[in-house]
Amino acid sequence: MMNTGEAIIRDINTNTDFEVRSLDEMSFNESTLQHPWWYNLKYLVAGILFGIILVKSEVISWFRIQEMFRLESFHMYGVIGSAVVTGMISIFLIKRFNIKTAYGEKIKFYPKKFHKGQIYGGLIFGFGWALTGACPGPLFALIGTGALVIIIALLSAIAGTWVYGLLKDKLPH
Amino acid sequence: MIEFLKQPWPWYVAGPLIGLMVPALLILGNKTFGVSSSLRHICAACVPFDISYFNYQWKKETWNLFFVGGILAGAFLATTFLLNGQPVNINPNLVTELGKYGITDYHSQVPMQLFNWQQLFTIKGFILIVAGGFLVGFGTRYAGGCTSGHSIMGLSNLQMPSLIATICFMAGGFIMANLILPFILKM
Repeated sequence: MMNTGEAIIRDINTNTDFEVRSLDEMSFNESTLQHPWWYNLKYLVAGILFGIILVKSEVISWFRIQEMFRLESFHMYGVIGSAVVTGMISIFLIKRFNIKTAYGEKIKFYPKKFHKGQIYGGLIFGFGWALTGACPGPLFALIGTGALVIIIALLSAIAGTWVYGLLKDKLPH
Repeated sequence: MIEFLKQPWPWYVAGPLIGLMVPALLILGNKTFGVSSSLRHICAACVPFDISYFNYQWKKETWNLFFVGGILAGAFLATTFLLNGQPVNINPNLVTELGKYGITDYHSQVPMQLFNWQQLFTIKGFILIVAGGFLVGFGTRYAGGCTSGHSIMGLSNLQMPSLIATICFMAGGFIMANLILPFILKM
């Protein structure tokens, strides 16, 4: 009796979890392997490299973002364009040669579903991008560069995410 | 070597390196490149209340929080050890335009004359920092991703919704930067 009850509760939890997450394509947990916490340190290292690249390429510069939106420089388009081409070739090779993860798991890809949020949310994010000169990655990076007032922008972005979560069912999707 | 690293990296060096984050995260542990979902995990960890959108097993996603922590640390390291102190070299037209609004300091990644603690309490600073940040957080979650998740990961995986999202990111940016921002900077 106890066991059945627990199983049902566990089932409900996993199902809800799946439903909630399946609505948000960016939040899948692809790996089914369980690792101790320090396995996450490799993502810290990946983040450090990404942070260095963001600073050195000047893509976190508010000035570079303004240039991009005024079509006054090729720099940002070159960075994003060549990043996409590199990513495309990488994913093609992973699929073509069935490359596995470092732990031998199959690498999974999830198709994204279209919904109106990509239009409305996309435009809203674009407004914010041109104001702060930063998308989410650069918000973290800018704090690292010593622009400490960006901590407020990051907290505000977290608040924005929270308000989205609150209003989600009332918004057109 | 170190002198070379201290120069700004050209787009054809930086872009492919950013693109390599996609296979690196996939191979390290089947992780999809993306930053904005970290904001959701922070909400889920700190202020979930009874909102269903924030009640999920965020602990499974801690890799993403390590990743953004790394971004912050990496930016600190690059700023401390890998910059040559030269101002960002931007289009002279933009220098002229921003000069009209009193923006003349190009030594930081953000115009320090706008992004500082005193400005935060002015209408202009509030719009740029607080309202801007809010729109970034709200918009990326509504769109289901940001520049990394949609424009780089999504486009690399040939996803049409990501192309639509990216076009809207750019359209929103063009409208704000060219049509609205000039009025805000005049304040």
